[in-house]
Amino acid sequence: MNNFGYARASDVADAVRQVAADDGARFVAGGTNLIDLIKEGVARPSRLIDITHLPLDRVEESADGGLRIGALVRNSDLAWHPQIEARYPLLASALLAGASPQLRNMATTGGNLLQRTRCFYFYDTTTPCNKREPGSGCSALDGVNRMHAILGASEHCIAVHPSDMCVALAVLDARVLTTGSNGERSIAFADFHRLPGDRPELDTTLRADEIITAVELPANGFAANYTYLKVRDRLSYAFALVSVAAALEIEGGTVTEARLALGGVAHKPWRDRAAEAELTDAPATPESFARTADILLREARGFGHNDFKIALARRAIVRALTQAAAGTPQSQSDKRIR
Amino acid sequence: MAQRAAARHPRGEKIAAPAKTTVALRVNGAARTLDVAPWTTLLDGLRVHLDLTGTKKGCDHGQCGACTVLIDGRRVLSCLTLAIMTEGAEVTTIEGLAQDGKLHPLQQAFIDHDAFQCGYCTPGQICSAVGLINEGNARSADDIRELMSGNICRCGAYTAILAAIEEAMSKGARAGDGR
Repeated sequence: MNNFGYARASDVADAVRQVAADDGARFVAGGTNLIDLIKEGVARPSRLIDITHLPLDRVEESADGGLRIGALVRNSDLAWHPQIEARYPLLASALLAGASPQLRNMATTGGNLLQRTRCFYFYDTTTPCNKREPGSGCSALDGVNRMHAILGASEHCIAVHPSDMCVALAVLDARVLTTGSNGERSIAFADFHRLPGDRPELDTTLRADEIITAVELPANGFAANYTYLKVRDRLSYAFALVSVAAALEIEGGTVTEARLALGGVAHKPWRDRAAEAELTDAPATPESFARTADILLREARGFGHNDFKIALARRAIVRALTQAAAGTPQSQSDKRIR
Repeated sequence: MAQRAAARHPRGEKIAAPAKTTVALRVNGAARTLDVAPWTTLLDGLRVHLDLTGTKKGCDHGQCGACTVLIDGRRVLSCLTLAIMTEGAEVTTIEGLAQDGKLHPLQQAFIDHDAFQCGYCTPGQICSAVGLINEGNARSADDIRELMSGNICRCGAYTAILAAIEEAMSKGARAGDGR
């Protein structure tokens, strides 16, 4: 590994002070992505600021009836938390669809939000990559792009966001709470991650001197009609080719509220308000679900190896909405898709 | 808006090595100290500094599970854990599972079911299975398969590994968990 310095943060204010004072410094908590990126030579921080001793590891009720999840709550603790299992089973399911038990025991809520893409070229420092070296070019455009984006990509980058947890948080309309030199912010989930455009080196709108302190969930967890359906090359421990988080409110066979987000298809968890509006007040039938999928995928575009993802996404959307409407969410243990 | 993505020091330029830090932790029930640089992983700390070579370095990138150890009873990947961040931790490796000369029930079950060929992934498999049993979330063979998916066996001994873990679970194996 490249050499780096190490310091501990004593509290949130100290963490912000330390990161603001050194533009080569990075926070470290679970380390499951960052340590690997340092080993690969992709990340080359001058110093790691250890934030694991900050008091951000609790799940608490929030004033509006939702839950506030501390940034240092580990993925496994969150997935098996009684309140998450009971009220936000979509989030629990998405967490258990991601990574492995060892990684979930290490990885934190805040760190999961800041995961970087697993694009092969981003990791391969011998190849051009605009995300890793701005201006060097995108090797994936004409390269092996089986895992890459079909929505929201740019000529500069076709990488996808790798998180499962974030796809569920997008559907749940979570908010990301941060503290920086200029105070605290509450960022709508849809505004936290960004599309690549001509600045693919920027994954998020988090500022350089900000730390994530918590993620807030609104009161409605859509616990009756939801699913997280993840399609991948292996049945477990693999990143999504396409994943779908679906959450519905249904009254008498009619959809009264529809939420839908896709993972593995874009630079951020992909939501489409027009597709959700199409499904709202429509009968909960396969025909409605197919129309919804067509709208969501209307601008989808493949880059060769990943052309199959468009048809796969269409079918996964219909299947996920069918599972959610029936109240039969996808099991993350028994892998059979019903 | 400046962002952290660009933060890096020039390739090849070495930052002056800081003085090594002494980390005090417990390994397999004994107080130990490690004199390490910030970038020394727990895996290298165990293998190189403490000569505990039972924990294996497979991929060294968190993809294979061969380096699995228990920290405070929870299974983690030692290749992605910085030793300097384990101050005060209770680490259990494969060397710490047997008690009073008697194999841990999972070790015995792996032998009884011939749950390996080359054996390289086995310490990680067994530590991971101890963690799985501690967590108490596995109810079925499907659950065990899913919750052991972080441990790759290139010899393909999965059927026997599953049988060994099922047997140990049915006998209520827990010994050696928290330490």
